[in-house]
Amino acid sequence: MSQNGAGETIFALSTGAGRAALAVIRLSGPEVDGALAQLGIKNLPKPRMAALRKLYHPTNNQLLDEALVLRFVAPRSFTGEDMAELHVHGGLAVTQSILAALASLAMCRPAEAGDFTRRAVLHGKMDLTGAEAIADLIDAEGGAQQAQALRQMNGSLRAVMEGWREALKTTLAHVEADIEFADEDLPGGLGQRALEGVPAMLSAMQAHVEDRRGLALRDGLRVALLGAPNAGKSSILNRLAGKDAAIVSARAGTTRDVIEVAMLLEGVPITLVDTAGLREAGDDIEREGVRRAKLQAEEADIRLLVLSPDTKNPLGEAASMADIDIAICNKADLGAVPEAELANMGAIETVSLSTVQGSTAQSDDETVLLAALQELVRARAGAKETPVLTRERHRQALGEACVALDRALTIADTGLELAAEDLRLAQRALGRITGAVDIEQLLDIVFADFCIGK
Amino acid sequence: MHETTWDVIIIGGGHAGCEAAAAAARFGARTLLVTHKLETIGEMSCNPAIGGVGKGHLVREIDALDGLMGRVADQAGIQFRLLNRRKGPAVHGPRTQADRKLYREAMQAAIQQTENLSLLGQPVDDILVEEGRACGVITEAGETHRAGAVVLTTGTFLDGIIHIGTERVPAGRHGEAPAITLSKRLYGLAEQTGALTMGRMKTGTPARLDGRTIATEKLEAQPADAAPVPFSFLTEKIIVPQTVCYITHTNQATFDIIEENILQSPVYSGQIAGVGPRYCPAIEDKVARFPERKSHQIFLEPEGLDDPTVYPNGISTSLPAALQDRFIRTIVGLEEVKIIRPGYAIEYDYVDPKALLPSLELKALPGLYLAGQINGTTGYEEAAGQGLVAGLNAARAAAGQEAVYFDRAEAYLGVMVDDLVTKGVSEPYRMFTARAEYRLTLRADNADQRLTEKGIAAGLVGPKRAKAFRAKMAALTDARTKAASWTMTPNEAGTKGMHIRADGTRRTMTELLAYPSIDWADLQAVWPEMGTWTRDIRQQIETDALYAGYLDRQQADIDAFRRDEALSLPSDIDYLALEGMATEVRQKLAAARPVTLGQAARMDGMTPAALTLLLHHARKNQRGLAKAASK
Repeated sequence: MSQNGAGETIFALSTGAGRAALAVIRLSGPEVDGALAQLGIKNLPKPRMAALRKLYHPTNNQLLDEALVLRFVAPRSFTGEDMAELHVHGGLAVTQSILAALASLAMCRPAEAGDFTRRAVLHGKMDLTGAEAIADLIDAEGGAQQAQALRQMNGSLRAVMEGWREALKTTLAHVEADIEFADEDLPGGLGQRALEGVPAMLSAMQAHVEDRRGLALRDGLRVALLGAPNAGKSSILNRLAGKDAAIVSARAGTTRDVIEVAMLLEGVPITLVDTAGLREAGDDIEREGVRRAKLQAEEADIRLLVLSPDTKNPLGEAASMADIDIAICNKADLGAVPEAELANMGAIETVSLSTVQGSTAQSDDETVLLAALQELVRARAGAKETPVLTRERHRQALGEACVALDRALTIADTGLELAAEDLRLAQRALGRITGAVDIEQLLDIVFADFCIGK
Repeated sequence: MHETTWDVIIIGGGHAGCEAAAAAARFGARTLLVTHKLETIGEMSCNPAIGGVGKGHLVREIDALDGLMGRVADQAGIQFRLLNRRKGPAVHGPRTQADRKLYREAMQAAIQQTENLSLLGQPVDDILVEEGRACGVITEAGETHRAGAVVLTTGTFLDGIIHIGTERVPAGRHGEAPAITLSKRLYGLAEQTGALTMGRMKTGTPARLDGRTIATEKLEAQPADAAPVPFSFLTEKIIVPQTVCYITHTNQATFDIIEENILQSPVYSGQIAGVGPRYCPAIEDKVARFPERKSHQIFLEPEGLDDPTVYPNGISTSLPAALQDRFIRTIVGLEEVKIIRPGYAIEYDYVDPKALLPSLELKALPGLYLAGQINGTTGYEEAAGQGLVAGLNAARAAAGQEAVYFDRAEAYLGVMVDDLVTKGVSEPYRMFTARAEYRLTLRADNADQRLTEKGIAAGLVGPKRAKAFRAKMAALTDARTKAASWTMTPNEAGTKGMHIRADGTRRTMTELLAYPSIDWADLQAVWPEMGTWTRDIRQQIETDALYAGYLDRQQADIDAFRRDEALSLPSDIDYLALEGMATEVRQKLAAARPVTLGQAARMDGMTPAALTLLLHHARKNQRGLAKAASK
């Protein structure tokens, strides 16, 4: 941990690898100015003023590039340390030679994954949810994810957690007053009355724990196509994805493995998963395919069941049908799906789909299917205006806080000091979300998530 | 010229001084206690009470380390009451009103009976300093007494000034001279080294009343507990007769007089600059800060069984004497009261305790230890606790032995000392149980289990207590082993009338006792041996059951805490030269010189970045120590 901690000067290429007009190399740490001097910059630019400077190799004085150099002085920088940005030409030779020149200096070392953000947190420039939001923003593939990450970056989640923590602090203070000043004329039952506000807070917290939309949006949704062999799952996948992603043939059992296609719906990244047909398998390969298909069905967030007039519904039973979100009656132009196959449908939405290529009926059908899918995506992962939990870590900590508060309420009559203990535990769990406490132990776990900051 | 030589010299005969002297002497140090007047050793300057929530915990810890306060209070207590009885054992606060004369006499007897301890009744004028070390004292009479270490416990005497209205009297306590030259010595040291900060604090005391002129028949009486719970683990029974306190209240008329004349109080006229405690405010403060409250509770506490003096707890004041007389007579029951002596505020010097090591030795002057109000605390119990720590460590240092520390996970003594030296004080520091992170573990009832063994190892516990402790622990361990080995299935329990979830799991006696529906008698019917256990052991088993899950969780926290405490920081780190740390943080660290990484983490204004760097140093230090040890 100490090697990754503050104190040393680090550097990294902050822009993508490969040929480009520009590349940015960032440095952070106490020796930034020394490193710039070693690169032949005699006249350091004023802080926060971009200036053109020639960069030379520290030992052989070879000219490496002409760069726009920008300095930031601690603590007014992203990391809270002295920092510099070298805006250089984005060629492979240029960037590699400058990185090599920096690496040759004893005063600095290449940054590891997440180093810059880690330092920002260590120096109190941002809390953990802010750091996580930056990672999410960089990874965002769709507009909804982008909006969610931006909201979190601006402190919306932190504000909610800190608000609860503050409220618990007041509650705890009153409970403690009841304990400490037993002999003084405080209002009777002060501690018990302080706890009266807890149930409302607890149910708000529980609602957050149960709402998985933030996590779903961050992770994206998996949509599985299930059905009997030859029901037409692969062709539906291709039509939704707009390309020939899966090999489609008229012979049953073509998709023996699992095929995935990524797409964006409502700004949410979707992985469409095509699965092998569900039936009593013939050979070993197909049996494996069926096993995987079942696994995919379990892991999916949304399940589409594909039926057709010429195949049997492989999920006849009510229990398996309960997990289905949309039933697609495929090959509608070839006839209706027999009534017997539509047993146990309950309230499942049904959409018909025609197979005739290029027909108007077909494109109308697709629009209806897409609309139904969009509706589902919005419900499961749509961006919310209010702050949401975006990581399992948040859910776990908030869940712990709920357990502690619940216990505080039941134990208060037995011993007010035990309720106080639980209030403290709840506060601490909330603090873990923003990194207000236990930060040392947390950092290594949390920063393992980051592959950013370079 | 008269000159003597000692291992340890204690300056001051109050609660800190007595405990420091006795601790040093128990350790085996040849100890001299010097105080301006031998007759006032063990005097209670303010309210006649010992213990309470947090404070009672400290008394039990002092007792577990064979200190004096608990035993003395047991001989002087005239109204024992266990506070927070309706809450759990961790926050039970043993407390008693004390007969002021009995307390002083018992303390003086205990001091006189202590081996290795001599007394000298002379004011001390100066600390003898040679080669940058404190090595003795010089008395007002010009005598020099040398010692390996000196403990300074000045209480409210250091440049003390009493205020009553506009009247200002230099005094350490009513009718006693302050210590002025010693104050100058410390200010000189502060100026010379720049390594300690001095400040002023204030506290106050109410008027004393003649109990024979109080109409007690109009007042609510508060009796003592029917079965007094003693402080000392060695006291079997309280034999002092128990008495009652009376409760009365201020009212609108009281309020009006005080409000009208508040500018005559030296605190509000600007005459006093010292900081007073928020939790022990003068009645002027209560009126000014809570104008909506017209009535405040007053406990009328007897100062002694054969002493008519009554201490009206709750109306500490420094208003002019005539006004005190007026407002007190507005109070129900006190209409015809005779005031024996007016209340006053007292201002005194203190040393910012951040200037101390956890052994309570002054960093700027090795060999000098400070304890009590001089460190910015308030309260007899807080003073006594520090006295014990300072006395023990002064004696150990004089004998060339390492300091003994108590950590936050084992004692309130540790919590208090760590708070003082790490965070300093912004108002007189009083112990609260909420200051302890591990409150459920640090109970008054288990102070001996937490500390007596350590006290034996430190050379602080005499043979009598050691023997009693070992006998108790043997019985307790036996009971705990049985409580954990006796088991029943839900079915078996059902046949005995105890109904629990039928999950087929065998439960131990302790687990069964944790059910609210099952009580001791139910279980004793199954395991009759439980009936032979003493009340103390029964309480321990009951507490184990009540706190079971919580104590396990707390132990995990304590383990994590101890890991950070185990990372010691080298004493020679050049903090000012550390790169990658804000200048302000470097300066704070250089001034504080924390002993462990854990202590550094508790300092105000520490950033995770700075701690990460320190962790690096601590690990290097640990590797270095391990290497040195293996050589």
